[in-house]
Amino acid sequence: MTTVAAGELLATRDLGAYYGNRQAVADVTIGFRRKAVTALIGPSGCGKTTLLRCLNRIHEINFDARVEGSVLLDGHDIYGGDVDPMAIRRRVGMVFQRPNPFPTLSILDNAIACAPKGLNRREKMEAAERALRSAALWDEVKEKLKTSPLRLSGGQQQRLCIARAVAAEPEVLLMDEPTASLDPIATAVIEELMASLCREFTIVAVTHNMQQAARVSSVTAFMLADETGIGRLIEADDTGKLFTKPTDRRTEDYISGRFG
Amino acid sequence: MQNAEPQFRRVARFVSPADRGFAAVVYAGSILFALLIVGLFVELVLGSWPSIVKFGPAFIFNSSWDPITSKFGALPMIFGTVMTSLIAIVLAAFIGIMAAVFLADFAPRWLGQPLSFLIELLAAVPSVVYGLWGLFVLAPFMRTTIGPALQHVLGWTPLFSGPIVGVGLLTAGIILALMIIPTVTAISRDVIAAIPRDLREASMALGSTKWETAIRVVLPAARVGIFGACVLALGRALGETIAVTMVIGNRPEISASLFAPSYTLASVIANEFTEATTSIYISALIELGLILFLVSIVVNALARLMIWSVRGSERV
Amino acid sequence: MAQSASKHRNLARRRIVGWLGVSVALACAAIGAICLLIILGYVIVQGAGAVNRDFLTQLPHPVGVPGGGVGNGILGTFIILGIATAMAVPIGLLTAIYLSLFGRGPIPEGLRFLSDVLSGVPSIAIGLFAYAVLVAPLKHFSAFSASFAFMMLMLPLLVRTSEQAIRSVPQTVREGALALGMSNFRATVRIVLPTAMPAIITALLLAIARVIGETAPLLFTAFGSQFWEMNPNKPMAVLALQVFTYAITPYANWQQQAWGGALLLIGAVFVLSLGARLMLRRAMRGLEA
Repeated sequence: MTTVAAGELLATRDLGAYYGNRQAVADVTIGFRRKAVTALIGPSGCGKTTLLRCLNRIHEINFDARVEGSVLLDGHDIYGGDVDPMAIRRRVGMVFQRPNPFPTLSILDNAIACAPKGLNRREKMEAAERALRSAALWDEVKEKLKTSPLRLSGGQQQRLCIARAVAAEPEVLLMDEPTASLDPIATAVIEELMASLCREFTIVAVTHNMQQAARVSSVTAFMLADETGIGRLIEADDTGKLFTKPTDRRTEDYISGRFG
Repeated sequence: MQNAEPQFRRVARFVSPADRGFAAVVYAGSILFALLIVGLFVELVLGSWPSIVKFGPAFIFNSSWDPITSKFGALPMIFGTVMTSLIAIVLAAFIGIMAAVFLADFAPRWLGQPLSFLIELLAAVPSVVYGLWGLFVLAPFMRTTIGPALQHVLGWTPLFSGPIVGVGLLTAGIILALMIIPTVTAISRDVIAAIPRDLREASMALGSTKWETAIRVVLPAARVGIFGACVLALGRALGETIAVTMVIGNRPEISASLFAPSYTLASVIANEFTEATTSIYISALIELGLILFLVSIVVNALARLMIWSVRGSERV
Repeated sequence: MAQSASKHRNLARRRIVGWLGVSVALACAAIGAICLLIILGYVIVQGAGAVNRDFLTQLPHPVGVPGGGVGNGILGTFIILGIATAMAVPIGLLTAIYLSLFGRGPIPEGLRFLSDVLSGVPSIAIGLFAYAVLVAPLKHFSAFSASFAFMMLMLPLLVRTSEQAIRSVPQTVREGALALGMSNFRATVRIVLPTAMPAIITALLLAIARVIGETAPLLFTAFGSQFWEMNPNKPMAVLALQVFTYAITPYANWQQQAWGGALLLIGAVFVLSLGARLMLRRAMRGLEA
């Protein structure tokens, strides 16, 4: 059903999330396997994006947002009393659904925008190159590092955002439907990236595309909204097993396309 | 909304230690902003206090303004302010609303856009330029042409009787009207344009002409917002100083004729403040400023309430 | 038969009424436009005769002596507006940042209410405030007190439009910055504000265009001067004030210089509005990411 193993880098315990009085997610207890890709799937409105945003304390930047339960990073609750959200977000990075490069910074400055502080010029250039290479973007932009990122294609901008997130040297990378706004070729490039990035980072990716989940992830978690509209975790298991022999009836229905 | 133990601050915006300095600076700026505005009110009250204490509510009803004997009454100035603003709003409301109807429902693009643009430019002309034009162009014109014409036709009424000097209530009213027409037109046009098409189509489907629809159906539907626009424009007219000072004749008297020179609350401050010798004189002038301030708040709040209620309901 | 004939006449009459109505409405719209053109025409024609190099660079001559100019008024306008901007921008921006971060709630709404109140206060009352705070206690007129008054006049417009400008930066840009561990400070100052900057500059240019022709508060703050003055602690000549003072004198020379000054003021408003429009276009383009 749900896998919670000790020694996981990131895990939740009875996590609930609210927008004002409306509860969007409830009772989610799940662990995310180290240095692997965990996919969050489910129909629209099942709370998977909300759950993702709770993992790096971005959910709370909305006006009425609230969280219950805990999220454990290396055993410590990131919602603890004196925890600095900024520090958490440096360890748990995020890539969004639509590419959002910083419009007033150049490609180079975007890449190193959140790099660790105290680097000199040379170190910054090296960090940028490393990050852009790991996002498979270096060769395409190395001649135009000082230009505006808005001139890049959608797929390139998304890879720039990945590079930017990677340059911050996080431990976990959250991806919210990273290929939703991209064409199939760009999607394939990003999926390849995810495969190589997960050797270094723990990745949690929300996707509405089941085939993508099957392709890129080693663990898949299925969420569904109950009758009152509250999102719950139904099942999480090794990807191969979840897709061929799901334990829960609702998972099977979703996978075989009976709804959603 | 904020009951049930939220685990941490509802607005966790400045939680990071790195943001402490930033938070302090942002709070400081906002507090300073608020203090400046509150301070404005406080200083006006403090400055008027001697006059308030000495003259009391009779200040508003007393019609003698005599610096020499230190007898100060605001009635002539209130009269002048009210009359000029009344003339202005009557003229501007008619012209502005009619123009708005034309621009919103009847004007083809090639005509409507340039006309709208020119009318909005009226709002960009500085006040002192209006005064200058009023003093050297409109006032003489009033004396030579408009005044005599009006007196010829309507001289039997006390409103248009008496000598025509050129400067006076009517001239000031006309200049003010020009200054506030853009306000009336722009807001009314937006409000009219926001009235849903279905209303117009329903009316025309029942056999009304386009004009009848505009006047009998659309305008009433938009009346709250249009009224709000007029009240807002009125607020601007009440506080206008320099243009009025230059064409009103600056005499603290109440008379029935629109051709007579007069005085407004703002003009008397403008004209006499630097010459005021005694402290009670200064205090009386500041009290006039306080009256202007309070009136402007009330009028503007009313106007915004009306406009907001219309714009709000349109946000469907 | 008779009925449909009278209906026909009725319709014709209503149509005529309609045409008359539209004509009146058109006339009203035209009145506004024509009056503007008339005023502009007078200013240009009368003012052009006065504006020359001497006019722009010289001090006013004593009464009755022909010639002279408004050089000190032009300088004074720049100085006073410069100081006013330097004061209004920090306060206005910080307040706008606060409002954009804290959105709803009693305190932000209270600030917006205060801003609306201030925008409706007659400029002469604001001049009285500046007098009470900076002229009376110090017992002398000063350009700084005029800057203070101008700052108050500029603030509501700055705060309201800057808040809108900051809000119009897409949420994903700000979230992207925060999600990578940037502090609110860095996210706002390095990412959000620069993105909103063209719109904020537009607001600033429009605010300056609005106050450049304000004369009323100057009467007892800057007070005016016949000399070159760069010290903000002293009374100073200001172009808008000179136009007013010259206009109400009986001297033809000075009256013509008043027209010249009016032409300069209109020209400045025109340039500033044009600049604002160009900036606005840049702002719109910047957001089409």
